[in-house]
Amino acid sequence: MGLKAKSAQDLLLEVFVYVFMAGVTVLTIYPFLNVLAISFNDSVDTIRGGITIWPREITLRNYELIFTFGGLITGFKISVLRTIIGTIAGLISGSMLAFTLSRSEFKARRYISAFLAITMYVSGGLIPGFILIKDLHLINTFAVYILPGLVSAFNVFVIRSFIDGLPFALQESAKLDGANDFTIYWRVILPLCKPALATVALFLAVGQWNSWFDTYLFNGSNESLTTLQYELMKILQSTTTSATNSQDAANMAQRLSQVSPESVKMAITIIVTVPILVVYPFLQRYFVKGMTLGAVKS
Amino acid sequence: MKTQTLTVENAYKKSPKIAWKVFKNQQYLYYMSIPFVLWVFVFQYLPLWGWTMAFQKYRPGVGFFEQKWVGLEHFRALFGDEHFYQVLRNTLAMSLMGMIAGFIVPVVFALLLNEVRVQFMKRFVQTVSYLPHFVSWVVAAGIVTKMLSTDGGIVNDLLMGLHIIEEPIQFMAKGNLFWGIVTSADIWKETGWSAIIYLAAIAGIGPELYEAARVDGASRIQQMWHITLPGIRPTIIVLLIMSIGHLLGTGFEKQFLLGNHLVIDYSEVLDLYALNYGLGMGRYSFGTAINIFNSVISLILLFVANGIFKRFTNESIM
Repeated sequence: MGLKAKSAQDLLLEVFVYVFMAGVTVLTIYPFLNVLAISFNDSVDTIRGGITIWPREITLRNYELIFTFGGLITGFKISVLRTIIGTIAGLISGSMLAFTLSRSEFKARRYISAFLAITMYVSGGLIPGFILIKDLHLINTFAVYILPGLVSAFNVFVIRSFIDGLPFALQESAKLDGANDFTIYWRVILPLCKPALATVALFLAVGQWNSWFDTYLFNGSNESLTTLQYELMKILQSTTTSATNSQDAANMAQRLSQVSPESVKMAITIIVTVPILVVYPFLQRYFVKGMTLGAVKS
Repeated sequence: MKTQTLTVENAYKKSPKIAWKVFKNQQYLYYMSIPFVLWVFVFQYLPLWGWTMAFQKYRPGVGFFEQKWVGLEHFRALFGDEHFYQVLRNTLAMSLMGMIAGFIVPVVFALLLNEVRVQFMKRFVQTVSYLPHFVSWVVAAGIVTKMLSTDGGIVNDLLMGLHIIEEPIQFMAKGNLFWGIVTSADIWKETGWSAIIYLAAIAGIGPELYEAARVDGASRIQQMWHITLPGIRPTIIVLLIMSIGHLLGTGFEKQFLLGNHLVIDYSEVLDLYALNYGLGMGRYSFGTAINIFNSVISLILLFVANGIFKRFTNESIM
């Protein structure tokens, strides 16, 4: 291949790569901007269609309306609560277990590792899981959001690979000073583990904030334990059926009164999404590392 | 060295005194791990015990020994149900499409992103590409539905504007489009996230390889093909095996949230089948049989895939 042909080929690749990346960026961001624009647009005007990334008739009315829905207020409280409690509980359990598994002299560590790893590949399934929760009397309780997922093998392995990378001399010198293993964990290891903990905290928090199926399955009938995602799911699902079933005009007209306007739906979507969008870019350098660690180990 | 370890081992086995001392030395490690081991046992392993339900005529609230055993009756009912084969077809189709797309697209994305030489742009695109991973499937399904809707959805607007179609397409009401929509939604949501591992693997390739290739006059496409791609081959293989193990675990969130009664012939997957026919109708034993089928097939696939790859590449995940 001549030098000229090669550089022409390289140039072509360069152009293609940038066009491709621009396409990916637009494809990813546009839907969010569109939802954002509609959420700030007058709900009657929205029906005319044609809103792209800028609202036509700007209003805050949709957001004001949201706060009159009682279910959403409760949902917000429960979602925040489960995210905070679930994240802290998961961090403590995950890091404690990871610490014990990182100690090479710990006799039980191989068995515990295997015991945990198996759960990554085999699960009882939906129905046996449901029966268990029922038998433990966890239905219609807040605890069902926290307890079943408290120990996650993946998170344990992510933290463990991080601890494995720390110099063992730190633990040894603490031991010589007479510290027991719990003190070493609490005083020495935890403060050093911040990057790994940040990653796992993000996974846990996002998982808690985003889950809706446990609410649907276990607490669907209990309005005081509803979550934001579950409320959003109910509201959005009411459109899918009415919008697709367009032949059924009578049914639709009857439905319309119960169905909240498009703009309000989009406003709720924004409320549900914003907390995550604010947090994740700042934690990026942590989770990139954490993902890589977890993948290498498992 | 060897004799020394042996004597220590023997002493450990022989003398309960020393064993007790070792335990006492490590007592805090036991306090800090055993409670969580029990936890995992209750929430992850007890459901496996629940598999016995599939061989009983399970009635809730009745003790284990008072249940009536029925052998393989529920499995016979399952394999005799025509509906089951439709659900299995849907599960396999969407899993396979998801697996192929989820395997190829992130690799291509990572390879191309690696060619972006302006660091600022590279970071920006990568940050943006993670975004959909962090939103819930509830939100993602809402967005997909909105984009594909007949009134004001961008996809229909674009296709109409370009005069490719005359009438807006009712995407969410067409069963034969459902598998494609689920796969596309998955690509949109997870590509950037899945690419993280490949990008990390690419970053680990020695720069001297590229330098040597440049000296030899290799074009950038040739470098991608002969250096970058082989460099991430082990990573690709490990992730591929893992995805085969999760083949039937396509999940049901997407199908639950994107599906509706008009497309149910294409949207119902094994887990939803278990949910609707097992939980919904109180047929717990039948639903458990579905879950067992799902888990067992997944495990077999994982072992088979791992075995095949071990034979051909000497790389394994287990």
